[in-house]
Amino acid sequence: MRPDLSVNIAGIRLKNPVLAASGTFGYGTEYADLVDINRLGGLVTKAITLEPREGSPPPRTVETAAGMLNAIGLANVGVDAFIKEKMPLLHKFNTAVIVNVAGSTIAEYVEVVRRLDGCQGIDGLEINISCPNVKQGGFLFGSDPQTAAKVIGETRKVTSLPLIAKLTPNVTDIVSIARATEEAGADAISLINTLLGMTINVETKRPKLANVTGGLSGPAIKPVALVMVWKVAGAVKVPVVGIGGILSGKDALEFLLTGASVVQVGTGNFVDPQCMMKIIHGLEQYCQEKGIAKISEIVGTLEVEK
Amino acid sequence: MSVVQKQGKILSNLEVAPSIFLLNLGLPQVAETAQPGQFVHLRIGPLSDPLLRRPFSIHRTKPEEAKVSILYQVVGRGTKLLSQRCSGEKLDCLGPLGRGFAIPKVAGQFILVAGGIGIAPLIFLAETLLRKMGNGKWEVEKEKRKKMEVVFLMGAASTEYILPESELLSWGAAVEVATDDGSKGHRGPVTDLLTRQMDRSVASCHIFACGPEGMLKEVAQIAGQQKIPCQICLEQRMACGVGACLGCVVKTRSGYRRVCVDGPVFPAGEVIFE
Ligand SMILES: Cc1cc2nc3c(=O)[nH]c(=O)nc-3n(C[C@H](O)[C@H](O)[C@H](O)COP(=O)(O)OP(=O)(O)OC[C@H]3O[C@@H](n4cnc5c(N)ncnc54)[C@H](O)[C@@H]3O)c2cc1C
Ligand SMILES: Cc1cc2nc3c(=O)[nH]c(=O)nc-3n(C[C@H](O)[C@H](O)[C@H](O)COP(=O)(O)O)c2cc1C
Repeated sequence: MRPDLSVNIAGIRLKNPVLAASGTFGYGTEYADLVDINRLGGLVTKAITLEPREGSPPPRTVETAAGMLNAIGLANVGVDAFIKEKMPLLHKFNTAVIVNVAGSTIAEYVEVVRRLDGCQGIDGLEINISCPNVKQGGFLFGSDPQTAAKVIGETRKVTSLPLIAKLTPNVTDIVSIARATEEAGADAISLINTLLGMTINVETKRPKLANVTGGLSGPAIKPVALVMVWKVAGAVKVPVVGIGGILSGKDALEFLLTGASVVQVGTGNFVDPQCMMKIIHGLEQYCQEKGIAKISEIVGTLEVEK
Repeated sequence: MSVVQKQGKILSNLEVAPSIFLLNLGLPQVAETAQPGQFVHLRIGPLSDPLLRRPFSIHRTKPEEAKVSILYQVVGRGTKLLSQRCSGEKLDCLGPLGRGFAIPKVAGQFILVAGGIGIAPLIFLAETLLRKMGNGKWEVEKEKRKKMEVVFLMGAASTEYILPESELLSWGAAVEVATDDGSKGHRGPVTDLLTRQMDRSVASCHIFACGPEGMLKEVAQIAGQQKIPCQICLEQRMACGVGACLGCVVKTRSGYRRVCVDGPVFPAGEVIFE
C-alpha cells in the first residue's frame, strides 16, 4: 500500500511534508522547466515587502565548507507587483502557496499582510522575523520575545490566513521567542533561517561578500537547525516547520523524528533541482519499509534516554 | 527551448594548455538547442563539498555527435576537482542556461574580443557567425557583402594559450593575437588591437567580448566612444543558475540584473562597471 504523505498544518492541507524554502525558489516559475511543482507539498515565495527592493550589491553569494553565505538583501518586486504579476502564475500550480513577508517596521508587516489577505490563491503567510541581511529587515524583530510577539500579534489582527512565524537562530534563547510567537497567535513556527556568518579573502584582505556578513545555509547548518527544532517542538503546541541543510530523505526524516511536522528545502534546490522529488520519494520508501501508513505518525517519535 | 537536467557522460577531459582543460560531454538535448553565450551549470561531484554547481560557457557544440564542449581554467577547488574527473564518468548538468549573444539581423563586420579563458564562448559564436555567412542566407545589401567578416582578437598571457588560431583561420576568420609577454603577436593588452581595429572598421560593425572585468570595461568604453553596438559576456558568483535566488546580479542602468537569466550577455552600454 502507498503510504499517506499528506499532512495538515496550521489549517493548510499539504500533499506531502516537503516545501521549497523562501528565497531559494523565486516566485515558483523559475524552476518550472526542471521540477514538477505540482508534486511538491508547497512552496514559500521570496520575502515580499511593501515597496520593491533592489537588494544588496554584489557579490551576494559565496560558497563555504558544505554550505554557502548569502546577502541578497530581500530583493523583491514589492507586494503590489507580486499580487498583480506573480500570484496569478503561482495560483496555477496545484500546490500550497505560502507567501513570506518581511518589513522594516511593524506597520510595514501589517500593511503587506493586509494587502495579501484578500488575494486569491494564498494558503498561508510566513512572517519572516529573521532575515540577517538587512539592518531593519526582521532580524531585530526576531531577536527579542516582546518584539517578535508584537509583529505576530499585529499581523494576526488583519488576516484570517494561517500565520507561520519564521525564527532566526541568531539568538540566545530560541524557545522563549517561539513561545512568545505562539502566544501572539502564530499557527505554526518555522525554523531556522540562516546563521550569521562571514568569510574573508586573505589576498585582498576584504570580506568576500559586498555586504560583509551574510546568512549561512546548507548541510553545514543542519545540526544547529536540528537541535533548535528539537527544543522548540518540545516547548510549543503549534506545529513546527523544520529548515536547514536538508538535502536527502534521510535529512528530512531526522527533522520529522525530532518533532518537525513538515520540512522546507532551500540550498538543496541549488545543488540539485530534483532534491525535493528525491526527498519525497525517500520518505515514501521509508514508510513502506517500516510499514508506516501515515507520515505524520513518525513526527516527534525520537527516542532519547532520560 | 527549455532547460534540462541531464547526466552528461564525460567523453574526454584533457589539459590543452597549462591549467586549461577541454571537457567533452555527451549531452544531446543541450547540443541541439544551445546558443552561443549560453552556459551549463555543472555539479562537480556527488558529495556536498564543494556544494554548489559551477557555471561554464558552452565552448562548442556538435549536435550530430550529441556533444557539448567546455573550455575551463583551473582556478580553485571546484575546477581542480573537475579536472580530475575521468572519461566514462557522468556529470550532472543543467542547461542550456541564460541569454546568449543576440545575432545581428544584418551582416557586417563582427569583431570578437577574447581575453584569456573568455575565449570559451566566443569560439561557439565565431563558428555560428561564420556558418551563417557561409550558407549565404544572411540578409545583406549587395554592396556590403564583401565587407562581411569575422575578426577575432585574441588576448592571452603567452603563446601556449593561443589554442584555436588555426581552426579559426580555416573557418575563414581573420585572427589577431596579443600576449602579455609578447611571445606571440602584439605585446600588450588585447584592447590595443581593438583600438587599432577601430581605424579600419566599416559601417555595420558589431563587437562581442568576453574576458576579465577590466578588459570588458575598456572594450565597453571603446565601443561607446565609437558608437558601435557591443555585447559583453559577464561572470558573477552564482548559486541556482535559473533566476530564483537573485544571487548573481550585476549593476546595470536598469538596476541589478541576474547574470544567469537576464545575461550572461548584456549590451555593453547597459552595464555599470565599478
Ligand atoms: C556564466 C558563466 C560562464 C563561465 N564560463 C567559464 C568558462 O567557460 N570557463 C572557465 O574556466 N570559467 C568560466 N566561468 C567561471 C567559473 O564558473 C569559475 O572559475 C568557477 O566557478 C570557479 O570554481 P572553483 O571552485 O575552481 O573556484 P573557487 O575556489 O570557488 O574560486 C576561485 C575563483 O573563481 C571565482 N569564482 C568562484 N565561483 C564563481 C562563480 N560561480 N562564477 C564566477 N566566478 C567564480 C572566484 O571569484 C575566485 O576568484 C564562468 C562563470 C560564469 C558565471
Ligand atoms: C539565497 C537565499 C535567499 C533566502 N531568502 C530568504 C527570504 O527571502 N526569506 C526567508 O525567510 N528566508 C530566506 N532564506 C533562508 C531559507 O529560506 C532557509 O531558511 C535557510 O536557507 C536554511 O535552509 P537551507 O539550509 O535548506 O538552505 C534564504 C536563503 C538563501 C540561501
